[in-house]
Amino acid sequence: MNKDLVIKVRGLTKKFGDFVANDHLDFDVYKGEIFGFLGANGAGKTTAIKILCGLSYPTSGEVSVAGYNVYNQTEQVKRNIGYMSQNFTLYEDLTVVENIRFYGGIYGLDKKTIKTKSNLLIEKLGFEKEKYRLIADIPLGWKQKLAFSVAMLHDPQIVFLDEPTGGVDPNTRRQFWDLIYEVSDSGMTVFVTTHYMDEAEYCSRVSIMDEGKIVTLDTPENLKLKYQAANMDEVFVKIARG
Amino acid sequence: MIKILNITKKYGGHFALDAVNIQVDKGELFGVIGPDGAGKTTLFRLVTSLLVPDDGTIIVNGYDTVEDYRSIRKIIGYMPGRFSLYHDLSVEENLRFYATVFGTTVEENYDLVRDIYSHIEPFRNRLAGKLSGGMKQKLALSCALIHRPEILVLDEPTTGVDAVSRKEFWEMLKRIQNEGITILVSTPYMDEAQLCDRVAFLQEGQIMTVNTPQGIINDYPRELFALRAKDIYKLVLDLKSYHGTHTSLLFGHEIHYTERSKSIDHERLTMYLEEKGHEEIIIEKIEPGIEDSFLEYMRES
Repeated sequence: MNKDLVIKVRGLTKKFGDFVANDHLDFDVYKGEIFGFLGANGAGKTTAIKILCGLSYPTSGEVSVAGYNVYNQTEQVKRNIGYMSQNFTLYEDLTVVENIRFYGGIYGLDKKTIKTKSNLLIEKLGFEKEKYRLIADIPLGWKQKLAFSVAMLHDPQIVFLDEPTGGVDPNTRRQFWDLIYEVSDSGMTVFVTTHYMDEAEYCSRVSIMDEGKIVTLDTPENLKLKYQAANMDEVFVKIARG
Repeated sequence: MIKILNITKKYGGHFALDAVNIQVDKGELFGVIGPDGAGKTTLFRLVTSLLVPDDGTIIVNGYDTVEDYRSIRKIIGYMPGRFSLYHDLSVEENLRFYATVFGTTVEENYDLVRDIYSHIEPFRNRLAGKLSGGMKQKLALSCALIHRPEILVLDEPTTGVDAVSRKEFWEMLKRIQNEGITILVSTPYMDEAQLCDRVAFLQEGQIMTVNTPQGIINDYPRELFALRAKDIYKLVLDLKSYHGTHTSLLFGHEIHYTERSKSIDHERLTMYLEEKGHEEIIIEKIEPGIEDSFLEYMRES
């Protein structure tokens, strides 16, 4: 694996009053990696992701994303990352093309680039027939593909996927992971959270948070050895109940 | 306890539910499994008398959901997908509110919810809107139970909930079932289907099958094999282009694989994979799980 550093986190701490949501986090994410960011509800994942996306400041610590620090270069951070979650992605009352155009505009691409990009994207996804349909009217699996592609419209260095497969059927989930593998293979860095422990197995490396701290970080293989577990579900249960 | 008879519900020209029949027995823990948009929420809103069907009848404990909706609402506890909590009321105020609406008191049925509510009681003065997802879930469940309903209807109670909290939640459901309460629950998680007495698999508004989890597994029509190799992503791609492949699906650190014929040609497959440069190839016959069966049902339809 290429060892170019895409995310560097040292001593990241975030406090809300007396409550320590992130307690001295240390980790690196490398180019082309699928980095699984796991933890129980309330462990502090969302707080950390907001900081990595330049939406919230750390209380202390050093954090750089795509080579920019999250204290005073948040604009550059935002221009170099993509973000997708299950809930907030596409506008249901806009068409496929309108959504692409809208996000292109948000990411600051010029009209000509937007046009070229949206044609390319529609061709790649095979959406020619559906491009003037409302998002509300297309199947979930297609929405996901589109949302994922739109999050990378501005060629970011890293894409954050926040529970991208929550509530999705097992077939669509697998199709979505095919896509993740494909972009990671082409050098894109993928930072993903999930509550499906079988998906944790698909990551290059996995970190598991509990009560604001990163308890463990390694490849799924090594984690299973370390915790003497048959699968990642057992690893997770041992950590979160331990 | 719940008789769903030939129920059809349309939104415009779209059939959200198309001639659905299900019967849930008293005291049963019954699961409705299906992807987003399958019609799970519509079905639950019909059962709880919040929607009126276009065709068919639903009888809950002898009451018709259209004519006797008032009686039904007294005996049902309903926890909708996004938890119907009042965010500007405190934890305790939410619980008292639900008790009062149903003409009872928190004290009267505290025994039933103690187990669940004790987890959030330390935060009883906190606004519900300020709770974490797991705590909201526990409060919503307490509120749905506080009038000691005969039937508990839970719409995707564990979506977006972490693996450990999900396990705890299902342990709670089992205890509620032991109190004699009938439970109707929907979920997109296949491992949770395994924990129900019986499940209905719903897809595009139609019931594909109703059976016990073991019965659904027994329906699996082929011999199933688990495949592993050093580079699993390459294995996925190579199996896709192999002529013998019927299905090849990622399951965590391995691939679940079937061939077009009922069993597989072991030698030929090994040879193909070796030609493709795979190392550390492992092929072993395994018993299918419920997710294998559901994926097969989805593929067939």
